[in-house]
Amino acid sequence: MDNLLSIVTFTPALAALILAIFLRGDDEAANRNAKWVAMFATSATFLVSLFILFGFDRNDTGFQFVEETTWIMGLTYKMGVDGISVLFVMLTTFMMPLVIAASWDVNTRVKEYMIAFLLLETLMLGVFIALDLVLFYLFFEAGLIPMFLIIGIWGGANRIYASFKFFLYTFLGSVLMLVAMVGMYADAGTTDIEALLSHNFAFESFSLLGVQIVGGLQTLLFLAFFASFAVKMPMWPVHTWLPDAHVQAPTAGSVVLAAILLKLGGYGFIRFSIPMFPVGSEVMTPLVLWMSAIAIVYTSLVALVQEDMKKLIAYSSVAHMGFVTMGIFAANQQGIDGAIFQMLSHGFISGALFLCVGVIYDRMHTREIDAYGGLVNRMPAYALIFMLFTMANVGLPGTSGFVGEFLTLMAVFQVNTWVALVATSGVIFSAAYALWLYRRVVMGDLIKESLKSITDMTRRERAIFAPLVVMTLLLGVYPALILDVIGPSVAALVDQYDTALAAAEAATQVASN
Amino acid sequence: METIILFAPLVGAILCGFGWRIFGETAAMWIATGLLFLSAILSWVVFLTFDGTTEQIQILRFIESGSLSTDWAIRLDRLTAIMLVVITTVSSLVHLYSFGYMDNDPQWREGESYKPRFFAYLSFFTFAMLMLVTADNLVQMFFGWEGVGVASYLLIGFYYRKPSANAAAIKAFVVNRVGDFGFALGIFGLFYLTDSINFDDVFAAAPELAETQLTFLWTEWNAANLLAFLLFIGAMGKSAQLFLHTWLPDAMEGPTPVSALIHAATMVTAGVFLVCRMSPLMEFAPEAMAFVTVLGAATAFFAATVGLVQTDIKRVIAYSTCSQLGYMFVAAGVGAYPVAMFHLFTHAWFKAMLFLGAGSVIHGMHHEQDMMNYGGLRKKLPYTFWTMLIGTLAITGVGIPLSGWIGFAGFASKDAVIESAYAAGSGFAFWALVIAALFTSFYSWRVMFLTFWGEPRGDKHTHEHAHESPMVMLIPLGVLSLGAIFAGAIWYSSFFGKPNEIIKFFGGEYEAPAEDIKTAVAERSPKASELKYVMAGAPGDAGVYMAPENTVIHEAHYVPTWVKLSPFVAMLIGFVFAFWFYIRNPALPKRLAENQRPLYLFLKNKWYFDEIYDFVFIQPALWIGKQLWKKGDGDVIDGTINGVSMGIVPFFTRLAGRAQSGYIFTYAFAMVIGIAILITWMTLSGGAN
Repeated sequence: MDNLLSIVTFTPALAALILAIFLRGDDEAANRNAKWVAMFATSATFLVSLFILFGFDRNDTGFQFVEETTWIMGLTYKMGVDGISVLFVMLTTFMMPLVIAASWDVNTRVKEYMIAFLLLETLMLGVFIALDLVLFYLFFEAGLIPMFLIIGIWGGANRIYASFKFFLYTFLGSVLMLVAMVGMYADAGTTDIEALLSHNFAFESFSLLGVQIVGGLQTLLFLAFFASFAVKMPMWPVHTWLPDAHVQAPTAGSVVLAAILLKLGGYGFIRFSIPMFPVGSEVMTPLVLWMSAIAIVYTSLVALVQEDMKKLIAYSSVAHMGFVTMGIFAANQQGIDGAIFQMLSHGFISGALFLCVGVIYDRMHTREIDAYGGLVNRMPAYALIFMLFTMANVGLPGTSGFVGEFLTLMAVFQVNTWVALVATSGVIFSAAYALWLYRRVVMGDLIKESLKSITDMTRRERAIFAPLVVMTLLLGVYPALILDVIGPSVAALVDQYDTALAAAEAATQVASN
Repeated sequence: METIILFAPLVGAILCGFGWRIFGETAAMWIATGLLFLSAILSWVVFLTFDGTTEQIQILRFIESGSLSTDWAIRLDRLTAIMLVVITTVSSLVHLYSFGYMDNDPQWREGESYKPRFFAYLSFFTFAMLMLVTADNLVQMFFGWEGVGVASYLLIGFYYRKPSANAAAIKAFVVNRVGDFGFALGIFGLFYLTDSINFDDVFAAAPELAETQLTFLWTEWNAANLLAFLLFIGAMGKSAQLFLHTWLPDAMEGPTPVSALIHAATMVTAGVFLVCRMSPLMEFAPEAMAFVTVLGAATAFFAATVGLVQTDIKRVIAYSTCSQLGYMFVAAGVGAYPVAMFHLFTHAWFKAMLFLGAGSVIHGMHHEQDMMNYGGLRKKLPYTFWTMLIGTLAITGVGIPLSGWIGFAGFASKDAVIESAYAAGSGFAFWALVIAALFTSFYSWRVMFLTFWGEPRGDKHTHEHAHESPMVMLIPLGVLSLGAIFAGAIWYSSFFGKPNEIIKFFGGEYEAPAEDIKTAVAERSPKASELKYVMAGAPGDAGVYMAPENTVIHEAHYVPTWVKLSPFVAMLIGFVFAFWFYIRNPALPKRLAENQRPLYLFLKNKWYFDEIYDFVFIQPALWIGKQLWKKGDGDVIDGTINGVSMGIVPFFTRLAGRAQSGYIFTYAFAMVIGIAILITWMTLSGGAN
């Protein structure tokens, strides 16, 4: 199969198209059909994507399954995966059937809902697979449109404000990234990502409007990309859209947002910023490391005082993404390995946590922590699963949440012990807010009248959680499943980064002599 | 065989926790218990047949990233072997005991199944603890370390309907995390400097670390000292040492068998185990070790003072545990690692027994825990009384003075600790421990007198129905009391005998000391000049490492007679006071408490640590969190963004028409325009072929 990647990427879109064209009516049967089509399409996508995983050669650090054809107006359509992106593709295809299953009770505008999610899947997959700058930009930016719609149409009471805020944030970053892409094209004369990865962007310092720009063009390009990726991460202090977006999004929207969309920023840093602008990255590293460390402590403290479950988990996501950016910019093997691991693991864990909120939201229609208490009395299975993911969220060894945190912290210790100290204190805060949440929701006696008839998880709900439980534990005990795949590519990346920096250093010295 | 020891409890936990609906409650509980007895028997076989040579068994790959390479593996040396028997023996007995203790627990409603869950947690805890002690690298140890933390959290909060139990559970976990914070930084530092976190590599690099400077935070530190200190912070959390001790007394909210297993015999000793395990590093970190000694001594003293006035029987024993852990750290801190392990070993038996004995009293008294409502229970609970008496004799250190080993378990090991402290020249630690020994004797006898002597106090009905516990609870007590009587005497020479005996027991090589070492010893204590052997070989060869210059155990045998007698005298004084206060003149304690009210309240309120921490850490954290949320996120960040956007957005929305959903179109529109510009630019400038 020469065009395996395209098949995987566009299968969901094709299904969306079929739904849009052929499915008519708004009755029970039509809704059911829409769900089954979406379920079938996402499952098929997952199964086909397994061919990518099993056909993937771990020892090859280059791009694999590459497809390349010319496209409209002289543009190139180029797709491919390497050790860094392949698992993000798998994460996406793995999560989507679960997301569809979690949406089984949706009953307003079901057809449109499913179309939005299917399109979203295609666009997200495209981001990870695209090997052409323009193509990447298309997928990257277009992916937000279905997300706006999901929040704006199927969201909560305050959905307009939330998606508005989401939009505002991403808009500025997008513009800057676009400008940077034009700049890159001007400098390198190509939009081929593979070629750009081996292109040396200018790094001679110059002064602009009286300000000395250390790292020159690379720093500027870095900053432009940074504006976009930092928002998507989201990094402190541009994170405030996330809690609102999560709170207003429907459960499935939150799951996609937390599990996959938040990974686009981190992926972008690893794919573009570090390898393409090594000098710029190095110049900005202290800033990014500190922003990460602050994010971890700041958002953990904020999480401690939240009254809304989803907000709490959203803030905790920001903290966990802080580990990711910290690991990436520690720029050594453990750091980037850890960052990728953390992103994948966070995909499962945060997805599961939002599903956990969804389970009780579906029953009680409130996310107020105070509205709950003592659920363990009537929902033992739920209590068990929520406990597992709470512990995974606080990074308990043996769950996948540990490995990423551990590696990124270990990595940053080698670079900056202050940052390591501040960030490590996050393990204390995360335990505090996560366990306190668990206590208030699940523990205690069941006193509230409204909860007396609450029912435990249904078979469908358990089936959704089962794969997530398996992944969380499996990766926690045997992390080599991920580390073996990403290791060689990351090693090559780190090697390239170090070489580029050394070369830049040498060049600067020659120039100054 | 080691693999079976390790995984049998895990299998038991899974079968019992998930399978009880299939096999039925009782069968599930017996499966868990049976597997633990299997583990225990095999552990004794390993312990008794172990020849001292370190073995490593690789099980599965764990985290590998670049130069970091770790496995799930078993490292079996003497240190591990000791811990294996302690953990599995106490755990299997506690499982057995729980059949009786957890039966008809009044915390639960009719028809609720709670017992399989309890047994599953116990077995899971045992597994995590075994992982901790069998680890061959620091990450696996950290896994066990946090795993026992979770098990402890689950078991403390076992009565999940009780708010106090839930609060205590969280407190235990979070305070432990504070310790883990230091532990983790220590691991990172070790990896940074030695490029490995496997014990073999770290131990081999230890002498080098002593010569290395590490830049950490604002200045440079001696690497060995800094890393030893950071690791010790982890130990402080787990072993409830001063400043991080506050969770342990609250942990008594858990069912009593839990307190016996986790909060007396095993988990809380993990910190001591860590320090001994890292002895090759500790030997090169004199300043860190001085800190360990001082903190251990301070904890021993502090906890003993608080124990004097508590009235909840379990809390007294909890403070007693905290205090005894301080003893162990002093021994480790002065370099007498075998002595620390000795006290850990004996303490496990008698303290587990005291807790289970207390549990038997509580069980017999219908879950009354306040000693002020006990009294005269000698006749009602005869077996419990006798075993508790043995436990008290053991913890207070009764034996034949100057004989060294002829006495109850605590006699041999506690005297060894105190003598080592003196021999190491730590006057503060020595006096703190002697005074703590006096207090220990006082509060231990206080427990005995208040519980078993005197007139029945409190609810008459409860006293009338007080009953002896069933056999499943008494048998574990009996087995443990054997340990409390004989453990000290039997293993005296292995842990605290002549240097060559100890070194051999721990699997090391010995050799004649260098001349300068001999001279130094002779100068310090002329009586001890007959030093024949010191440890040979590299750090990490044996279960513990004692540098050739470290002769503290040898010298401990030659301390002055008054030093050897001092713990015994302290014990007698404590006993006499307790007798006077609670048998001869029972009105006296109350009068004293009234006369010395501030002091009494200070002790009763545990030196106000909880109140201070609440004021200094918890309230500010919540306040800051609230400020950051409302002011930081709300006013500053969102405020700025709203301010900026108020100018731009209306422009765009007007452009797109509809205000409500206009921004989506704006976005799509902007993107399309962007792409158009990009494409135009590229086409104009020659295209991208």
